[in-house]
Order: sequence, then C-alpha cells, then structure tokens
Amino acid sequence: MFDFSSWLDLPLIWAGIIAAAIFIYVLLDGFDLGCGILFPFAPSDQSRDSIMNSIAPFWDGNETWLVLGGGGLFAAFPLAYAVLMPALYLPVILMLLGLIFRGVAFEFRFKTEGRDRKLWDLSFHIGSMLAAFMQGIILGNIVQGIEVAQRSFAGGPLDWANGFALVTGIALVFGYALIGATWLIWKSENDTQIWARRVASYVTAYVLLGMALVSIYMPLNAERIQTLWFSLPNILYLAPIPVLTFVAFLGLWRDIHSRRELSPFLLTIFIFLLGYAGVIISIYPWIVPFSFTVWEAAAVSTSQSLLLVGTAIFLPIILAYTAYSYYVFRGKTSDEIHY
Amino acid sequence: MTGLELDPVLLSRLQFAFTISFHIIFPAFTIGLASWLAVVEGLYLKTGRKVYQDIYKMWIKIFAVCFGMGVVSGVVLSYQFGTNWSVFSDKVGNVIGPLLGYEVLTAFFLEASFLGIMLFGWGRVSQKMHFASTVIVAIGTIISAFWILSANSWMQTPQGFEIGADGILYPTNWLEVIFNPSFPYRFLHMLTAAYLTTAFVVSGVSAFYLWRKVYTEHARVMFAMAMLIAVFVAPVQLLIGHAHGENTMHHQPVKVAAMEGNWEQGGHKPLYLFGMPNEDTESTDYGITIPGGASWILTGSTEGVIPGLQDVPKEERPPVAIVFWSFRVMVGMGMAMLLTGFIAAILFFRKRLFQSRKFQLWCMAMTPSGFIAVLAGWFVTEIGRQPFTVYGVLKTSDSISPVIAEQVALSLGIFIVFYTLIFGAGSYYILKLISKGPAKQAEGYYEHGHETIAPRFAGDH
Ligand code: HDD
Ligand code: HEM
Ligand code: HEM
Repeated sequence: MFDFSSWLDLPLIWAGIIAAAIFIYVLLDGFDLGCGILFPFAPSDQSRDSIMNSIAPFWDGNETWLVLGGGGLFAAFPLAYAVLMPALYLPVILMLLGLIFRGVAFEFRFKTEGRDRKLWDLSFHIGSMLAAFMQGIILGNIVQGIEVAQRSFAGGPLDWANGFALVTGIALVFGYALIGATWLIWKSENDTQIWARRVASYVTAYVLLGMALVSIYMPLNAERIQTLWFSLPNILYLAPIPVLTFVAFLGLWRDIHSRRELSPFLLTIFIFLLGYAGVIISIYPWIVPFSFTVWEAAAVSTSQSLLLVGTAIFLPIILAYTAYSYYVFRGKTSDEIHY
Repeated sequence: MTGLELDPVLLSRLQFAFTISFHIIFPAFTIGLASWLAVVEGLYLKTGRKVYQDIYKMWIKIFAVCFGMGVVSGVVLSYQFGTNWSVFSDKVGNVIGPLLGYEVLTAFFLEASFLGIMLFGWGRVSQKMHFASTVIVAIGTIISAFWILSANSWMQTPQGFEIGADGILYPTNWLEVIFNPSFPYRFLHMLTAAYLTTAFVVSGVSAFYLWRKVYTEHARVMFAMAMLIAVFVAPVQLLIGHAHGENTMHHQPVKVAAMEGNWEQGGHKPLYLFGMPNEDTESTDYGITIPGGASWILTGSTEGVIPGLQDVPKEERPPVAIVFWSFRVMVGMGMAMLLTGFIAAILFFRKRLFQSRKFQLWCMAMTPSGFIAVLAGWFVTEIGRQPFTVYGVLKTSDSISPVIAEQVALSLGIFIVFYTLIFGAGSYYILKLISKGPAKQAEGYYEHGHETIAPRFAGDH
C-alpha cells in the first residue's frame, strides 16, 4: 500500500484541502443562500423569478462542496468528525433541515402557481435563513472550543446555544445576504439590480458591525487569541488582515454605489477570504479546538494517501467542469418561465 | 433500564433506518431514469422523431423532482454517520472514509454540475453537448452506487484491515476493502433493481395512458421499452439474487438462516413459502413448505447442509421474523416481475401487447413493485446483519454517539414530520405531471424556464 507520509505532511495538506472546500462552499452556497435570505424582499414577482433562475442551475453543485467538507472530514480526520458532529448535534440537524427545505423549494416552486408557490417561496426563504444561521452557530462554537473527554464529546446537549454563537449566527446570515446581493448586482438588471444595490449598501454596514463585534470579542475572551494577535512580532505580520479588510469595505461601499457590476461581488469574496483567514489563524493548529490538533485527529497515513491521489486527480477536473457550467449560464438572467 | 426510559441506540437505529429508507426510494428510481433518459435522448438525436422528445420532456421534470429529493435526503445521511454513529466513525473511518470521499469526488460533483446543464441547458449548449450531459449524469449515478455499495458491502463482509491495540481499524489492502466478497453481487443486484424499478414505474404510467386511451403514441413507445426491460432484466435479477444468496451463505450464514427461517443446521431443509418464525420456541410455525427446497436452492442438492440460527448464541442472531418476511416480499415482487415479462412476451407474439386491458390494469398495479422490493431487500440485508454494524467486528450497540436519547427522539420526530410533508408534496406534483401527459409539455422546453434564446433543440415544433 502506498504511503506518502515520509515526504509529505499529510495532515496539514488535508487540513488545507478541507479548509479550502469549506471556503468554496461558503462562497458558492453563500450566494444562493443569500438569495434565499433576501428573496421575500425583492421588489416584484418577476424579480423573484429572475433571482431563482440565476441560481437554479448551480445550487446542487454548490451544496456538494458541503458534502466534500463533511465527507473529507470523515475520511481524513475521523476523530474530529466523531467529536464535532455529536457536539453540534442539533445545529447540524437543523442546518440539514434548512437545506432540505431550500432544496426541494427549487423543484417544487416551478411546478406550482398562486398560493402553493407562495408556500414554497416561504420555505425557500426560511430554509435558507435556518441553514445560514445554524452554520454561523457551528462556526461560533468551533472557535470557542469543544469539551472533550478521551475520544468523545463530553459537554451538554445545549452547550452550543450561547451568546457568542448567536452573534456569529446572525453575522453569517448578513454575510450571506451580502454575497447574495452582490451576486445579484452582477447577474440581474433593471429593477432587480437597483434593489440589489440598495440592499447591499445597508447589509454591508451590518456585516462590518458583525465582523467588528466578533474581532473584538474573541481576543477579550481568550488570552490565547490576544497574545496571538497583539504580541510582537505577530502584530506586524497580522496587521495587514484587519487593515485590508477595512480598505476592502471602503472599496465595496464605493463600488456598490457606482455603475460597476462585477467588482462588488469580487470585493465581498475578498472580505470573506480575509475573515476566514482570521478564523483559521486563530484556531490553527487545532481541528477540534482545543483538544485535538490536525496531527492528533488525522486518519492513518495510508488512508490519507489513498484519498489524496483521488483528490489530486479529480479536484482539478471538478473545478474545470464547474467553471464550464458557470460559463454556460453566463450573462444576465431573465424572469421568463416556460412550461 | 426502566421501561419508560428512551434508548438512544434504538432511536438512532430507527432514525437511520427511516432516513435511509426515505433516501433509497429516490436513487432506486433516478439511477434507472437517468439511463433511460439518455437512451431516449439518443434515440431522438438519431431518428429526430418528436415522440422521443416529448417523452424526454415529460420525464425530465419528474426526474428533477426526484433527484432534488434524493440530493437533500442524501446530504442528511452523510452527516448522520457523525451525529449518530460517532464511535463507528472513529473506529472505521480509516477504512470507510476514503470510499465515501471517492464517491463525492468522482460522482456527486459530476451529477450535480451536469444536472444543471441537463435541466436548464437547452439552447445554451449544442444538442450533442446536452446529450453528453444526460449521459454523464447517468454515469454519475452508477459511479455513486459503486462507492456507496462498496462501503456498505465492506460492512457486511469486512476484509483487508487489521484492528490496532487502540481498537481502531487500519486498512491493510485497499483492493480487498473495495472489492470485498459481497460487493460484486450487491452492486449488480442493486443496479438491476434500479432499472427494474424505473421500468415498472414507466410501464405503470404508460399502461394508465393506454387504458384511458390518451397519448397513445407516446404510451406505446414507453410501454414497449419498459416491457423490453421486464422481459430481459427480471430473469437476470433472479439469477443475480440467487448467486448473491449463495455468496451470503458463505460469509453471513446466520443471515441466510434467518431468511430461510431455519433454526437447526442440517440437510434436506424445507423451503418455507409461508411460516411464522418464533424466537421463543426456536421454530418456524404454520409452515407451508417444499421439502428439501431450501437445501436445493442454496446448495444444488436437496440433501445439502445449510446453516441454522442455533449455530450462534441468541444474542448474536438478528430479529428473525422481519428478515424472513422481507425476503419473501422481495422475492415475491421479483416473481411478479418475471411473470409480467413473460405475459408481455406472449402478448407481443399474439400482437395484443397494447390491447389487453387486463394486462394494463396489472401493470398499473405493479407500478410500486420496484420500490417495495428494494426496501424489502435492504431490510433483509441490514437487519439480517444485526446485532453488528460491521459484521463480526463492531456491534451496533458499540457504534453509537454520546448524545442523549431526548435529542435523538427530537431529531427523529423532526425527520418524520418534515419528510412526510415533503414526500406528500413531491408525490402530488409528480402525479400532476403524469396527468398532464407528454404531449402538452411540448411547448417551451425549458424545465424551469429561463432565458429568451430560442430553443435549438425544439426546432422541429
Ligand atoms: C445504490 C445507490 C445509493 C445508495 C445505497 C445510497 N445512495 Fe446516496 N445517492 C445516490 C445513490 C445511492 C445517487 C443516485 O447518486 C443520488 C440519489 C439521487 C440523487 O440525486 O443522487 C444520491 C445522492 C446522495 C447525496 C447528495 C449528493 C449531492 O450533493 O449531489 C449524498 C450526500 C448521499 N447520496 C449520501 C449517501 C449516503 C451517506 C448513503 C448511505 C448511507 C447513501 N447515499 C446511499
Ligand atoms: C427474484 C428473486 C430474488 C432473489 C433470489 C434475491 C436475492 C437477494 C438476497 C439473497 C439478498 C440479500 C443479500 C445479503 O444481504 O447478503 C437480496 C438483497 C436485495 N435485493 Fe434481492 N433478490 C431477488 C429479487 C429482487 C428484486 C426484484 C429486487 C428489486 C427490484 C431486489 C432488490 C434487492 C435489494 C435492493 C437488496 C439489498 C441490497 C443487496 O444486498 O444487494 N431483489 N436479494
Ligand atoms: C440504501 C439502502 C439502505 C437501506 C434501506 C438501509 C436500511 C437500514 C436499516 C433498516 C437499518 C436499521 C437496522 C437495524 O438497526 O435493525 C440500517 C442501519 C444502518 N445502515 Fe443501512 N440501509 C441501506 C444502505 C446502507 C449503506 C449504503 C450504508 C453504508 C455505507 C449503511 C449503513 C448503515 C449503518 C451505519 C446503520 C446503523 C447501524 C446498524 O444498525 O447496523 N446502510 N440500514
């Protein structure tokens, strides 16, 4: 059996792959969950149809990155998967429930009219909100750390319901709304686009507020994070992250109020990337904060090696045909419905 | 434990059984439907006949609904290994994790990305590219079945690993893990099951049109194609199932003993057509039997020795009655399918295939037969494996997460309520699509609609 562990740091590589998969998930499903979050506030029914059409060909592929994140975690870090899932039992189940409602709403909505359609529109919205909020709760709990005894979760069933997680939950809902709004600035036109610009501008303020709250709260409550970010020489290396984030927000604000169509979306991605980097830096090298590092939770190296071969071969192919499918559906979407 | 206390193991088993039984309904249908749609689109491209295009247009909408439900219920499953079976995940993750990882990399992305083009790509990509997308989605479903069935088969017939001092399983030979002894049988048996399931749904719907004398041109084409599958695939399924059973007798003898309702090991054992396995008296009562039948089926000789439940202590036996009865339901459905194919062949040679109204009624009644057989088959396989999660290696009761029973009860309740709701709505929309029929769907091709570019594919309107 082949084993690359003598010349590769497999656990670190796998942590990188999973971090990347989760980030791609957050961006891609972020914009379609964001569209769901904003859905009922759209100016008209036509506008809602064109929002739906802009994401319908993609949602399944986007959600698959979540399956890769979970499946990758199971395969490469079974111990982490086995500790985190029971610890976050209800948030995970509720997130899945949200994704179910949002997913079937796509298929059912197009088959109905009138009141029924309103019902699936509502379930699309609530499902998206629920999934986004629960993902934020999960994030909030992971950065705070998980209680562990031996090889299992040792905390209580409602540990996840705490004030900080509530804040990250709400912040992520706004974050997804922002990425959804800027996606729509790019993909829509006329009324929908004007509305998306307006929404984006006030959601931006909430996202900025949310990111600020989290960034202030974390160092205040964990000495580890305080020393990590504010001691010399770290502060010099890490200062660019908050500074760039702030600059990016200014640029975003300007471009939302300009005629530019693609740049607000790209700047939002950049802001997400910076925030995500901040989180990763704060929890590295833990994969189950603060009990197991990526090396302690790693699957045996032969298992990580086997899947690495597949990933090296298939991930570029996946990226290529995903790009192809976005290329096929390029350009503005309309609200036309054909039956 | 007092009678009133909730048991997290039982609840987790119920939850897994419920959610995966819900899930498998959709793959059982979409695997077959994707392949069939590929054939129909291929025929359209080759012949240019509008009837194929109409059929494609009708079924792709149904496909979209089922695929959507398959995806969302599948995502739930991939997280449930962790939420409910975390000790299982920790112990066997090294072995089974990479198989599931390969499923995501090689199948799920493929299906999901090309599904978008299959549903919405008309007019945006060439006809050939659209056809290629349909074919790719069909292949994706088969690759997906390959990996997940490999993982499941490994749990039935584990090999290619060693157990460390820490109680964790370590793979030693990947080829042995992936191509474990029951995998080839299970893979083939499940694929043919999916094709049969689809064939009987299609035949049921087209029989309904023939009976009502609507859309007859389309119905004849669909009916003929479905019957072709029944005629040729049902007998193949019998042979594969038989070989599957023989193989199981070598690797999981207790499961086979439960399927046959046989308690004592020995020769000249009867085949029970009917019976009531009784775990207290350790006998199968009220039997209607074919003497020597079970021995003959499993060994080829009426004197052949077959395993009995008493070969293992009581606590290592699966629940007998449900395995016994599920097996009969599955085989019963298989026989009914065989009969359907046989009658279809006779009617065909008498040139009455599309005329016999009794046969149309029969085919309508057979519409759910594939789903019933698939679920029954999985019940045999999974419940027959009890009390083990990984056969002979890891007990179900040792696989469970450290979550409290109330939590599992809550999530199980949530799944039951919302799955029932969604299933009801989905079935309702599918029935509506069926009653609309193929011809009326001919206008405006786009599945969910989109774009104003003239549909290229529909140029022959
Ligand atoms: C024999 C086939 C088969 C079996 C036994 C299973 N599945 Fe499945 N699954 C499929 C065949 C399939 C499929 C054909 O590939 C699906 C079904 C419908 C669909 O949309 O894709 C799918 C979808 C699907 C998805 C969504 C993929 C996506 O995002 O596109 C996930 C995560 C799973 N499944 C996971 C599982 C797990 C964890 C299972 C067992 C415990 C399981 N499936 C049993
Ligand atoms: C016609 C006679 C049939 C025989 C003799 C037969 C035999 C078997 C056996 C022995 C098993 C259990 C194997 C094990 O757990 O190790 C099984 C499982 C199963 N059967 Fe059948 N079967 C038949 C028909 C069918 C039909 C018609 C369908 C569906 C259309 C079907 C679907 C399944 C499924 C989905 C499973 C579970 C997965 C598996 O273990 O393969 N079977 N069958
Ligand atoms: C898709 C068709 C399947 C059906 C209908 C099915 C059905 C069931 C049922 C009824 C149970 C409960 C058995 C009991 O506790 O008495 C169960 C348990 C389980 N199944 Fe399956 N199963 C399927 C496929 C799979 C696959 C593909 C896997 C894994 C790759 C799997 C893994 C498990 C696990 C981990 C459990 C829980 C532990 C246990 O009870 O043994 N199943 N399944």
